[in-house]
Amino acid sequence: MRIGKELVAASATPLVLALLGEGESYGYALRKRVEELSGGELQWTDGMLYPVLHRLERNGWVEASWGESESGRRRKYYRLTARGREQLEGERRQWQVVDSTLRGLWFASLDPASGT
Amino acid sequence: MLEERMAEWRSWLARRPAIAGADIEELEDHLRTQVGELEAAGLAEDEAFLVAVKRLGDLDALSREFAEEYSERLWKQLVARPEAGTLASENRREAWIVVALATAAAAAVKLPELFGRSLTGGDESFYARNLALLVLPFLAAFFARRRGLDRVSVAWIGGLFAAGAAFVNVFPFAPGSHTEVLAALHLPIALWLTVGVAYAAGRWRDPAWRMNFVRFSGEWFVYYALIALGGGVLTAFTLFVFETIGLDAGRFVGSWLLPCGAAGAVVIAAWLVEAKQSVVENMAPVLARLFTPLFTLLLLVFLGTVVATGNPLDVGRELLIGFDLLLVLVLGLLLYAISARDPRTPAGPFDALQLGLVVAALAVDALALWAIASRISAFGWSPNKVAALGENLVLLVNLAGAAWLYARFLRGRVPFAELERWQTAYLPVFAAWVWIVVALFPPLFGFR
Repeated sequence: MRIGKELVAASATPLVLALLGEGESYGYALRKRVEELSGGELQWTDGMLYPVLHRLERNGWVEASWGESESGRRRKYYRLTARGREQLEGERRQWQVVDSTLRGLWFASLDPASGT
Repeated sequence: MLEERMAEWRSWLARRPAIAGADIEELEDHLRTQVGELEAAGLAEDEAFLVAVKRLGDLDALSREFAEEYSERLWKQLVARPEAGTLASENRREAWIVVALATAAAAAVKLPELFGRSLTGGDESFYARNLALLVLPFLAAFFARRRGLDRVSVAWIGGLFAAGAAFVNVFPFAPGSHTEVLAALHLPIALWLTVGVAYAAGRWRDPAWRMNFVRFSGEWFVYYALIALGGGVLTAFTLFVFETIGLDAGRFVGSWLLPCGAAGAVVIAAWLVEAKQSVVENMAPVLARLFTPLFTLLLLVFLGTVVATGNPLDVGRELLIGFDLLLVLVLGLLLYAISARDPRTPAGPFDALQLGLVVAALAVDALALWAIASRISAFGWSPNKVAALGENLVLLVNLAGAAWLYARFLRGRVPFAELERWQTAYLPVFAAWVWIVVALFPPLFGFR
């Protein structure tokens, strides 16, 4: 199964915010975590993650700083801000509504007898 | 090996104006981490690099994403940035070709002097008739090359230019002939629309491409005006610095700097519009929005004054041309407002204002038509009056159609796209009319 482009794009913001909610991280690690958590079903084109991160930074939801990787390379780390946490909460509620709506529909269509 | 490829990849990214140095560094860290991990999983170094680069995704798409996030970065790079996917060498070649074409246009303006046609002494009518013919072929050539025009189209466009040259140079115009002046005034418009065929390449029937050409024309005009402004400053300083050492640069300015600069700027302005069209918001629509209310006000006050004072329109020839120009200007405001509007948005107050402008222009047009008609009945037909009459009718039909569609659009009856289609479908009418004035008026009126 491949997840459609629109859905991947729409879910990128809450996913990144939620992952950063777990603690400071950087691009490559974020991508890896998403892949692990989704069992490899949710695949990002790696490069696209960065414009998303920079947009979140512009909105003031995350802040970035340059640090060092284990091997001593310069690496850009991102962490959630207070505003980002609010945004994450908002996103979470929105997605829950979508999720529960769909759940209700899936449930009804699985069990036609209950639809009457 | 890896370092070499990495450097190559970095320089690839560095050419994208939307991706800055720090972004490249961040992406490089990503790439290196990925390569390291793939190598640990048993891939060879170059394999790992290829896979990692592929996972990073298409660079064009990536730089578009960055461009959306960082549009202000593009503002700083107006000129001569490589387009996505073109190589730097190709871009440099394009720049050279533009310079060559501009130089050729500048030289072409001086070419007739080799045959004893002096720009400043006595041959003004020759230059008036031929100036567009000397310059615009280079603009057409610029687009023909850029768009990779096929041979048939090139032949058609060449043929139209040749026909224009034949009409204005072979016709035996009487001295001080009115039809000659009319032909000289209309030929540049006819040739400009011919350039439009080259601009749109094979798609000149496509309304979207016609609209693109309308947009291009407006932007070109803005750029040309800006270049002219700079040229004016250059001219003033040329005169000034030589005056300080007691030399008069007036002759050089008059016979070289101004004509050659004006000709070369035609190509340069087109290139600038092309180079940045996707980058910066267009200027012409902004001007149209700014001046639409002011011109509406002008027309309404004028109409009100005519009604209040009862003064008849005393139209001589110059005034007739003045009124035509006014209507052309209104049409331009309308066209640019239309070209910049997102056809998906619903009607707003500006649209109502736009309709007001068109209706006011229609009233003024009707007034002018009536004045011309009364002049014709009093003094008989003349080439100037027929040209003015025809122009007014052509514009009247256009504006009436636009007003009708605008009114229907405001009441939600038709989508805005209908208005766009009406204007783009009308362009050939303008082309037909100017060619008629160039090609048929002189013989019809006996070259008077």
